[in-house]
Amino acid sequence: MTIGIGGWGSRRKPMSLIREILRSDLKDLTIVSYGGPDVGLLCAAGKVKKLIYGFVSLDSIPLEPHFRKARQSGAIEVVELDEGMLQWGLYAAALRLPFLPTRAGLGSDVLKYNPELKLVKSPYEDGEELVAVPALHLDVALIHMNRADAAGNGQFLGPDPYFDDLYCGAATRRFMSCEKIVPTKDLLLEGSLHTLKIHRMLIDGVIEAPGGAHFTECPPDYGRDEAFQKQYALAARDPDAWKDFVAQYLSLNSEAEYQEAVRKNR
Amino acid sequence: MSDFTRAEVCVAACADCYRGDGEKLASAFGTIPMIGAKLARSTFEPDLVMTDGIASTLANVLPVSSGPDGKAPPEPVVDGWFPFRTIFDVLWSGQRHVIMIASQIDRFGNQNFACIGDYRKPKAQLLGMRGAPGNTISHTTSYWIPNHSRNTFVEKVDVVSGVGYDRARALGEASTRHHEVRRVVSNLAVFDFGGADQSMRLVSLHPGVSIDEVVEATGFELEVADSVPETRGPNEQELVLIRDVLDPGKARDNEVKA
Repeated sequence: MTIGIGGWGSRRKPMSLIREILRSDLKDLTIVSYGGPDVGLLCAAGKVKKLIYGFVSLDSIPLEPHFRKARQSGAIEVVELDEGMLQWGLYAAALRLPFLPTRAGLGSDVLKYNPELKLVKSPYEDGEELVAVPALHLDVALIHMNRADAAGNGQFLGPDPYFDDLYCGAATRRFMSCEKIVPTKDLLLEGSLHTLKIHRMLIDGVIEAPGGAHFTECPPDYGRDEAFQKQYALAARDPDAWKDFVAQYLSLNSEAEYQEAVRKNR
Repeated sequence: MSDFTRAEVCVAACADCYRGDGEKLASAFGTIPMIGAKLARSTFEPDLVMTDGIASTLANVLPVSSGPDGKAPPEPVVDGWFPFRTIFDVLWSGQRHVIMIASQIDRFGNQNFACIGDYRKPKAQLLGMRGAPGNTISHTTSYWIPNHSRNTFVEKVDVVSGVGYDRARALGEASTRHHEVRRVVSNLAVFDFGGADQSMRLVSLHPGVSIDEVVEATGFELEVADSVPETRGPNEQELVLIRDVLDPGKARDNEVKA
């Protein structure tokens, strides 16, 4: 199964949905992401077969330690794209196009290590050779928003929509968690019309998950939990420490228990 | 007067990379390039466009660090919305000049910060390709290398994330017209690509650094310009800006020892 995960790095990631995947028996996943701890956690849990990504970073900690481990042990198959190419692949899928052309990737080792990427020649007078970024079709898209209504209209209240609408456009099934479900008539109380980036046409299921982006940031509702993120990154250094971290936060029965464990140890 | 530090020379050298750019988006990674870009914007390139590092462009210049006096930094004056998708649009349009960091760079300006060793099972996974392939083929790029050594200036980079002149040339005119690796600034010297076949050339030495020292620390045969002046230090006005306005907390000294 191919799962696309919205957000960016350690920002507004649908972490409660990721934790649900960790509790499930899903495996051999293909993950598409501008990755952060979503990718790190899924790699650490051995859920990832193939990773299609623009980067994987924790932002304030530039290198994602669990992703690094997976890469350095050769545990996962990777398709690493230029950041803009990943957007293009999602956009192509969302527009039902087989590919979109770009210069990005030309001359770099992106093409060397992804030999399935093809070039395309402009049919116009310029005859320019460009990279044809293939559509990135997703089985499932997962995103996290600040607000939503029960019909699946989603609202971002932070500074950046990232590419969440494109993930949804590229996917067959689209699921959105949000900090708070509000009545439709209240959707404009906290943000302007322009913050209603996710339309219900893009969404199949919505769930209220307060703190659902933890420990990534979800402004203006909350910032990144830097202390927790540090603890997460440190635990990656040592298998015993990681086992403790998993016992304390991840091998729990529900999101509610996770949130409780985070609260207790604050 | 030479009453400035090596870090401050590096800041001025990074600022000089932006000379002549006008109304372009100036992006900079690393502390010293960031101060450099702000210095250029505050002096000889007032039209440069800069973001707050999140999703806005700012009409004013904010410091990279706060001083010991605890003076509150100026309030940001937002003049534009620049989420990531807009940054991508702008960079593909060519209206940007980025200073990126290179973990490795070769004589033609091919850059690697993706990983060290075999790509399929790297010895060290670094940042990854990130935006480097798209940046380098779309607009002007310069590089900052805080630790000039044979490990960073290499004969051949392990992975090409940023495209150098030999590879751009091989793609033909359609690609070379958007490709420019302008300068490399290291903690020792400044380089351009005015050498044979657009190879790297030493153009100035930071005060107190010798040609031999640079050649010794470089893992490929380096072209040396006919005359190699000393890299200029910041002038009085620039020094005041660096010390009192842009970096009163001396974050620059953490990147290059004074």
